[in-house]
Amino acid sequence: MKIPAKAPEGGLPPRGGLLQGKRHRRLLRRLLFLIGIVVVWEVLFRIGIWPSYIFPSPIDVARTLILGLRSRVFVIGILESLKRLLQGYALATTIGLSLGLLMAQLPWLKESLGMIVLGLQTLPSICWLPLALLWFGLNERAILFVVVIGAVMSISLATEDGVRNTLPLYLKAARNLGARGWRLYVEVILPGALPSIVTGMKLGWSFAWRSLMAGELLYTLPGLGNLLMMGRELNDMSQVLAVILIIIALGLLSDQLFFGTIERRIRERWGLLS
Amino acid sequence: MQLELRGVRKTFQGRGGEVLALGKLDLVIPDGEFVCIIGPSGCGKSTLLNILAGLSAPSEGEAYAGGQPICGPDPSRVMIFQDAALFPWLNVQANVEFGLKMQGCAKAERRERARHLLAMVHLEQFARAWVHELSGGMKQRVALARALAIDPAVLLLDEPFGALDAITRDLLHNELQMIWMQTGKTVVFITHNVREAVVLGDRVVVMSPRPGRIVAQHIITLPRPRQIEDVATTQFTRRILEDLQLKEALP
Repeated sequence: MKIPAKAPEGGLPPRGGLLQGKRHRRLLRRLLFLIGIVVVWEVLFRIGIWPSYIFPSPIDVARTLILGLRSRVFVIGILESLKRLLQGYALATTIGLSLGLLMAQLPWLKESLGMIVLGLQTLPSICWLPLALLWFGLNERAILFVVVIGAVMSISLATEDGVRNTLPLYLKAARNLGARGWRLYVEVILPGALPSIVTGMKLGWSFAWRSLMAGELLYTLPGLGNLLMMGRELNDMSQVLAVILIIIALGLLSDQLFFGTIERRIRERWGLLS
Repeated sequence: MQLELRGVRKTFQGRGGEVLALGKLDLVIPDGEFVCIIGPSGCGKSTLLNILAGLSAPSEGEAYAGGQPICGPDPSRVMIFQDAALFPWLNVQANVEFGLKMQGCAKAERRERARHLLAMVHLEQFARAWVHELSGGMKQRVALARALAIDPAVLLLDEPFGALDAITRDLLHNELQMIWMQTGKTVVFITHNVREAVVLGDRVVVMSPRPGRIVAQHIITLPRPRQIEDVATTQFTRRILEDLQLKEALP
């Protein structure tokens, strides 16, 4: 009897390679589609059904975008909004994670506070703005409050869910190998909950982003929402559209590229993709 | 380490009241024996193994390991599950090191021991691979290495090769026999495959459908390492199967 020196079962699956060409073609198709939209837009503009202050040409919008970025007006708006978003999100993540972990650990807290969190999650967070204005006044803190409360609920619920539903099989295996107490928690339960936590953080980010934009629209602080309203007040449709494009781009970048990639990687590694 | 079950029964709370899953059951597994337990699905084989692992307590009766009552999981008795239960957030090497890390073993020693064990299961070149990159057979090899890393006296295997293709399974039968012959650990191996039980076991314990009871025991004295296609193995398998059918024919 002989044991072969090497496993006869296939090695690691190939990375990239074949997929690369497919991905490129898909990217090309999307690009062509976008170019098509811009062309149709320009043609509609040229026909001149609507006046240009209601329906500007894509070239006008692009010019406004470039000018705004070059004159730093848009750049300052972007940075201000991002600063607020990151502050609020950092706070929301801290609170949401701790709350979620606590709720997973203490059943009575889950039953009492968990119920409220679940209820509050259904409330669009911008509805908190009047309350925040009365509590904090017309300042940054009010808007921060709205952003935090928008994100905190989904993060804490997802964390609680992830920790509570760590696969029993992992727990069994870990306890059997001698893990217990805080080591079991840190080395098995938390990593086991990570896919769920990341999904919650992604959701929390997009809630925070939406709340921030809504808040800034009603507000007179520098920021993207404010730039939008300024466009409206100046009857400058190019600016409105240019800022909308910026907001979409930032959303795509963070949601899809950043969080989307992390989420996909984790789900793949955890064997949750099929 | 000798394992012993005395008058063990296990009941579960079912929809229509209490369900008897196991019992009443007496079983002694001497130190260093390789015991295979076979029986139909749902006969309580896994329950029995969970009790030996200390992951579940008997409703009645006592379980002992090395003369001491079993009152919880212990690294001296390690279980290997059907779907390996590797931790996907750790790479292969870190999975094998897990038990040692829990024992507070130093990093260099951990790494050395993991490397040695990965070589033993022929996976040294996959030390840095992630769990999702492995095939089913490779996962079970890693699970075996992870269990052996903490040098348990008892290995408890719950249908570990049930989901593998025949070729991989034959290979792992060989490896498991080699490891057992080298280390002399007490092994309890659960399967519903009679042939597999005959290839691996010193003794084959046959359980009845629910509630699980021991209905027959066969001592296998064939020389090792055994192969699934050996004539003697096949003959033994047939004898056990005939015996089972006879028992089923009785009222």
